[in-house]
Amino acid sequence: MQQIINFLIKYKNTLLFLLLLFISLVFTVQSHSYHKSKFINSANSLTGGVYNWANDVDEYFNLKEYNDRLVEENKVLRAKLGIQQSKDSDTIFQDTASFDSPYQFTSAKVIRNQYANVDNYILINKGKKDSIKSDLGVITSRGIVGIVEESTNGFSRVISILNSNSSISVQLKNTNHFGSLVWNGHDPNTVQLEEVPRLAPVKKGDTITTDGRSFIFPKGIPVGIVNDFELDQNESYYKINVRLFNDMTNVGYVYVINNKNIEEIKTLAPNE
Amino acid sequence: MNKLISPNIIRFCVLVLLQVLILSNINFLGFINPYLYVLFILLLPFTLNQWKVLLYAFLIGIIIDVFQDSGGINAAASLVAAFFRPYILKFAFGVSYEFQTIKFYQTPIAQRFTYITLIVFTHHLVLFSLTYFNFSYIVEIFKSTLFSGVFTIILCLIVMVLFRKRYR
Repeated sequence: MQQIINFLIKYKNTLLFLLLLFISLVFTVQSHSYHKSKFINSANSLTGGVYNWANDVDEYFNLKEYNDRLVEENKVLRAKLGIQQSKDSDTIFQDTASFDSPYQFTSAKVIRNQYANVDNYILINKGKKDSIKSDLGVITSRGIVGIVEESTNGFSRVISILNSNSSISVQLKNTNHFGSLVWNGHDPNTVQLEEVPRLAPVKKGDTITTDGRSFIFPKGIPVGIVNDFELDQNESYYKINVRLFNDMTNVGYVYVINNKNIEEIKTLAPNE
Repeated sequence: MNKLISPNIIRFCVLVLLQVLILSNINFLGFINPYLYVLFILLLPFTLNQWKVLLYAFLIGIIIDVFQDSGGINAAASLVAAFFRPYILKFAFGVSYEFQTIKFYQTPIAQRFTYITLIVFTHHLVLFSLTYFNFSYIVEIFKSTLFSGVFTIILCLIVMVLFRKRYR
């Protein structure tokens, strides 16, 4: 017994080092696997508060850019509205059930954005109080941003598409061939599209949009365009570099999409 | 005792805020960021018990991790740097460290530089190995370690020159 205590006293520094190292490595391994990093999480009131405060200063520098984006988005929406109105005038279409979209949009502000690491996260200033929960899609007017991972009362943490754990199902706009969108950790403006079958007619400049298969994003949200592509080594799948429409280094304001039918869909397809 | 604690607490808070609000967003050439909070480990009093050094290093690392959503990589890197600190001190300052007579700002510049360099590169190597967490990124690991390390060392030296009078 005496010897054990002596041993502990003699090697207390090394033992403490090993213990703390073990803890930090556990956190590290957790952070490298999807949906596991619960403890070390910036969506809490302390870090969220600090980032919120810093963002209040920071956002003034980007106001002009955000204004331009809003004007651009308004233009697109007005054009769509115009199409709708011209249809209404010569068709009678009175089915009130179809007016209720299954998707509910919540606007939020990005208060911390990362894009230089391999695993990037985005912090937004809306949380459970605004009924934002995990597994909701996040987009901007230009394209997709990521998926909500964790939310606390006032803040939510979003897994950016620039994250090695992120994998989002997307499709070629023209032909409906789908694949999954991943990131190799290099260029924040380019992501990789994998598992597109060889039969798909891929051309440079083709538009990539979300397919509605995951039920997180509605079908047809723009993602980016094909920058270049090559056939994989086993020659059956394409590996495509996609240039994002979104500038992931300057996101600004986002919309969180809540699919109100998701519970119902989950009971039908529990594995999705 | 108080004289020792309060500057360290202030330094702790200032370095954490500086790191997470400014320095981690520099992204010079896309990937080069300085990790100035290592300065906290560098400047901990040399006479401090080793277990306290380990604990404080872990604490600053884990707080940076919470801010940056990086799991435990900063904690692990600071911890390893703190663990090797006595050996690096012995190597850099030699006999004068063993007799516990030195003060950081009174040491020769060359020895101080060796000390900073070794600690910073130890820290950065662990940090980037855990960041990429994959041996196929070995080139990126060494590239980031080298460039970010140089950036950190330059910043450390600048900060030390700017603030040296206060600690005399």
